[in-house]
Amino acid sequence: MTAILEVRDLRLWYGTARGSVRAVDRVSLEIDAGSVLGLVGESGCGKSTLGRGILGLLPEGARADGEVLYKGRNLVTMSPRELRRLRGPDLGLIFQEPMTRLNPLLRIEDHFRETIEQHDSKLTPKDVRRRSLDTLGRMGIPPTRFRQYPHEFSGGMRQRIMIALALVLRPSLLVADEPTTSLDVIVEAQILRILADLKENFDTALLLITHNLGIVAEACDRVAVMYAGQIAEEGPARDVFADPKHPYTRELLRSTISLDTKVLHSIPGAPPNLISPPSGCHFHPRCPDVMRVCPAHDPIETQPDPDRRVLCWLHGPEREIPDGGTAPLEREQIAVAEEA
Amino acid sequence: MNQGSSLKRYAITRLALVVPMVFILLTLVFLLMRVAPGNPVSASLGGHAPPSVIKAISHQLGYDKPVYVQYGHYLGQIIRGNFGTTISDRRSVGSIILVNGAATLELTFFAMIVAVVVGMLIGLLSGRYRDSPLDAGGRLFGIVVYATPVFFLGLLAQLIFGVWLGWLPISDQASPITQALLQTHTNIFFLDAIIDRNWSALWDITQHLILPATTLGIVYGGVFIRLIRVNVIRTMKEDYIEAARARGIKERSVVYHHAFRNALVPVITVVGLQLALLLGGAILTETTFNWPGLGHELYIYLQNRDYAAVQGIVVVFALVVVAASIVIDFANAFIDPRVRY
Repeated sequence: MTAILEVRDLRLWYGTARGSVRAVDRVSLEIDAGSVLGLVGESGCGKSTLGRGILGLLPEGARADGEVLYKGRNLVTMSPRELRRLRGPDLGLIFQEPMTRLNPLLRIEDHFRETIEQHDSKLTPKDVRRRSLDTLGRMGIPPTRFRQYPHEFSGGMRQRIMIALALVLRPSLLVADEPTTSLDVIVEAQILRILADLKENFDTALLLITHNLGIVAEACDRVAVMYAGQIAEEGPARDVFADPKHPYTRELLRSTISLDTKVLHSIPGAPPNLISPPSGCHFHPRCPDVMRVCPAHDPIETQPDPDRRVLCWLHGPEREIPDGGTAPLEREQIAVAEEA
Repeated sequence: MNQGSSLKRYAITRLALVVPMVFILLTLVFLLMRVAPGNPVSASLGGHAPPSVIKAISHQLGYDKPVYVQYGHYLGQIIRGNFGTTISDRRSVGSIILVNGAATLELTFFAMIVAVVVGMLIGLLSGRYRDSPLDAGGRLFGIVVYATPVFFLGLLAQLIFGVWLGWLPISDQASPITQALLQTHTNIFFLDAIIDRNWSALWDITQHLILPATTLGIVYGGVFIRLIRVNVIRTMKEDYIEAARARGIKERSVVYHHAFRNALVPVITVVGLQLALLLGGAILTETTFNWPGLGHELYIYLQNRDYAAVQGIVVVFALVVVAASIVIDFANAFIDPRVRY
């Protein structure tokens, strides 16, 4: 399969009063046409910024560096005008909170008409209507509700409308930023089914951003685990879940709750602040397997299996680790390293 | 959930509420005038009339009857559409409302246009280009004109454009010759001149309109500038704006179609509520520019403690505000689907 989107060494940062926030720090990813990539991580690890950064939808004052190659064109250096034209027919985005994402003064019909006409002005009103109703129908919204206003729909229906609105232009890639977080479990299952069927119905690749590992296991072909603006581990979802290579992934998997859960496991400590992240491997202050090398040197990406990559000194490369670097690091030493 | 029927139900409810509202209003105006100090009869006679004369006239006009009898009589007259006769100069209040009301209508209509144009233009641009020099200028202008008393701004305009530059007339609704020759159809000079195709009169009337209408309009527009600016800034941060951008909607359409339109909805309500401010401003503007409107008359009749005239004019002002609030509510229901439920 060919990659529809290649992210190479992408860095995204915002300037704030307290310093610049490196929300995305040298991230590389690939998404194949028609496949689903899950992006997981704790709140504030930069996953939403990455999702929006791909579409060039960053707040004012944000800067980007690196490459986001969509069908061979670099979105980072593209003019805002060209990028605007790609949003919709090529790149779609759906959001966490569907309740406030539709303009309350416009009918559902108006949203669709505006979206379609802005990108394909040659269509007749009849075609616009037919295409909108067809897409809405596939999301389970009947044509009778086409002329209603957003406030007449429930949250789950609004999210399905948002998905239909994103898909009506048949984008090759859809970024879904925690699309089910604000919905109840039944609706969540419904939305996930729709997203999982995107490939069959629309041949759309999906970047599914979530903090819910269950969703990833169910819906994703591959998974990327993000920590402090970096990709800690990436690989086929099945393999990563069966045999996590990065201690963070392992701890994250242990922290999920199931019916068999007797003792709730959590990762001690809090996600690092992205203005001045910990030295070396950003995860080292919370890592149970921390070694002497971890706070001292930035980890180097390795491929423990041909199809997987991980950013952790446990997996080498050994020739880069200084002598005695693999010895475990005591907690006091971490504190010292922190202060230094 | 049929849109037509829900709008109709809303309209009926809204209109039914007008009856108690107007009743309370009439009662309040009536009582306030009785509570206010001063006797209308003695004031109208110049304050030196002998008590016997005052008593005789008070009796003739029914002001010696108990207040509740006067009140009943007053309500009865109003229901029959009779606003009574002024005490001081024996004019019919109905005709004052028609003739002087037309002058006020002319002034406030053009002031409203000035206010909306100034307020929307500066407010929308200030909000759109937030923190730019344009925004700073717009905000400063908004604060200054809002804080300036309308009569002071009027005097300033008279001094600069009337006296120093000599460009525009500083008082009256038209020059005496125009007033003498103009046929009255509607009492609104501007319209009368158009009906008669009397272009020289229209030019004269327009010149007289410019200073008072701009003065009143700018003060009123100052309210809008700040309100619209804040609403635009707030709306630009809405989730649906970001969602529209994510669908690749042109920034132009995002701003005009989504942000400006939505930002103006709450403004419509305020336009209506501030109509009272406009009428209050009209009293001062009319007095400053010697404009023969209701406000100007109200000022004179208040000095004479003329119950009948003041009651009539205040009720008209109040009814206009009530009518405006109904129009505004309907406009809101029409624009914002959420209001109808």
